[in-house]
Amino acid sequence: MYSYSEFDEAFVRARVAQFSQQVERRIDGSLTEDEFRPLRLMNGLYLQLHAYMLRVAIPYGTLNPRQMRQLAHIAQTWDKGYGHFTTRQNIQFNWPKLPDVPAILTALADVGMHAIQTSGNCVRNVTSDHFAGAAADEVEDPRPYAELLRQWSTDHPEFQFLPRKFKIAVTGAEHDRAVIKAHDIGLRVLKNEQGETGFEVIVGGGLGRTPMIGMTVREFLPVNDLLPYVEAVLSVYNTLGRRDNKYKARIKITLHETGKEEITRLIEARFAELRPLFGGADQNLLAEIKAAFAPPAFRNAPVDAYDAFYKADPVFRAWADTNLAQHRNDQYAIVTISLKKHGETPGDATADQMRLMADLAEQYGHSELRISHEQNVILPHVHKGDLPAIHAALVKAGLGTANVGLISDIIACPGMDYCALATARSIPVAQEIAMRFEELKLEHDIGPLKIKISGCINACGHHHVGHIGILGLDRAGVENYQITLGGDGSETAVVGERAGPGFAYDEIVPAIERIVRAYLEQREGPQETFLQAYRRLGLGPFKEALYPAEGTKDAA
Amino acid sequence: MARFTPKVVTANALLEGDVVYLTADDRWTRRHEDAELIEDEAHAQLRLLHAMSQGNVVVGAYLADAKAGENGPEPTHFREVFRTRGPSNYLHGKQAELN
Repeated sequence: MYSYSEFDEAFVRARVAQFSQQVERRIDGSLTEDEFRPLRLMNGLYLQLHAYMLRVAIPYGTLNPRQMRQLAHIAQTWDKGYGHFTTRQNIQFNWPKLPDVPAILTALADVGMHAIQTSGNCVRNVTSDHFAGAAADEVEDPRPYAELLRQWSTDHPEFQFLPRKFKIAVTGAEHDRAVIKAHDIGLRVLKNEQGETGFEVIVGGGLGRTPMIGMTVREFLPVNDLLPYVEAVLSVYNTLGRRDNKYKARIKITLHETGKEEITRLIEARFAELRPLFGGADQNLLAEIKAAFAPPAFRNAPVDAYDAFYKADPVFRAWADTNLAQHRNDQYAIVTISLKKHGETPGDATADQMRLMADLAEQYGHSELRISHEQNVILPHVHKGDLPAIHAALVKAGLGTANVGLISDIIACPGMDYCALATARSIPVAQEIAMRFEELKLEHDIGPLKIKISGCINACGHHHVGHIGILGLDRAGVENYQITLGGDGSETAVVGERAGPGFAYDEIVPAIERIVRAYLEQREGPQETFLQAYRRLGLGPFKEALYPAEGTKDAA
Repeated sequence: MARFTPKVVTANALLEGDVVYLTADDRWTRRHEDAELIEDEAHAQLRLLHAMSQGNVVVGAYLADAKAGENGPEPTHFREVFRTRGPSNYLHGKQAELN
């Protein structure tokens, strides 16, 4: 696994020391809030609805057990005993107190972690496929490229004050698990006809107020050109991006206002200037990084125990069917640990649960953990023979829920339970949907279905790309929930369609149930997923199910 | 001109981040019902200015709609109701600490 270089270590320590002094000066009154606010945001510290919130970066969602244990320690020592994993593969602590933040940042630095560039108009945490380095369908592990981008973008002097935040995602597989088409830059590792490695470069995707699917600006970018090309994109955006209007400041708007042809010309012109300045040091660094991401020494042992357990134990079988994914090594599996137990808060883990996951990773998982943007934790390399033991340990800790990819595996932003920007709550809606379908015992019958909930138009909960998306709004002083249908965050990405008028808080769960029942009635069989059925049927039948009274009125 | 709706001055405490309200005798309280209910627009602006001058104690002071209740001012908007008690998914924040 990649670990920080001396340079990284010194940089992070220097920043902790600097910010500790800034906190001290804020508390003693030498700094006003106006002076302090940009400084704290540069270090991931927000002031939310009820308390401060510290957002800690987990680069490309990769953690080692020591880091996970330190997160548990922080949760227990300075917070309320839990952490919240986010849709950007980060972790948020919801209750830190300002005087404790320097100690928390020091504890993070002790394990090579920090909260730098988790806020502000800079390049944010580079995200990646949570199955990276393990997935059977992968061309190459995308994380070395993500790490190269992380090093290049960290404290990059030219890009600390962009028109707006900037998000990059990298995947190494054709099947997109990293939502790359909804990022400012999405990169997909691929091979060309000559067998050389490169990237498909997608620019201008994003959710939020103006959801857009990114456009491919380069079909094949050679690996050597990655940094100068990304720098060219950012450089053009930094020049053209609008600073007069926050809502029009993301690169997706720049792209649309400038036109794909013209912006591509500008990017290529800037790239021609920048390319000669990259003399190969970046490629030497990449080679070093790649060595650190070498796959673990996989164990060669029989998998009989797994097969026997799978046949004998229906609870284990249900979990294996939903929570395991195919590993590139036939004897191995990728384990997704669900942080979506019915009725619990999506993405939350207690300190004890974090420690257990760290222990399991150490004992059975080649000491690797991942955080997915779907707010679950992954053990990417588990020998199948160890799965029964892992499952038993997870069940005991309340982490054995067999629901990955199903209706209760919901993405939900913190919403108005925590977030100062939120216009409505998300978490209780997710909890109630999960509980309702658990009560109906329908979720395994329903099959793959992604519900994503955002508590405001900024769309941290990715509702636009949910098969069913829910957006919470404030309508005349009351919580109101809009539904979108048919969204897709994969390689066939599409923004969902608005179903119609919104629903009150106490109407939203029954509304979701009506949609799901309409699907169950109209599907061609269990093999036809919700999304496939929606694509075949269109909005019509779901709209009728959602607004039955209006249907009658129209007919009359 | 639209009629002025009563207000309270609210903010977050600098050190803990807790939601606080300005009282009539210039203290910061954690309890909404102890806040000063301001019924006059000019007075509201003066009280807000006073709050903003206390940047070393509180952060982000603003005027929030409120109404008179049995035990003192009550919030009218759901966001302000949540701020008086804490999140709905755990018994954390004021709902746990003030009772």
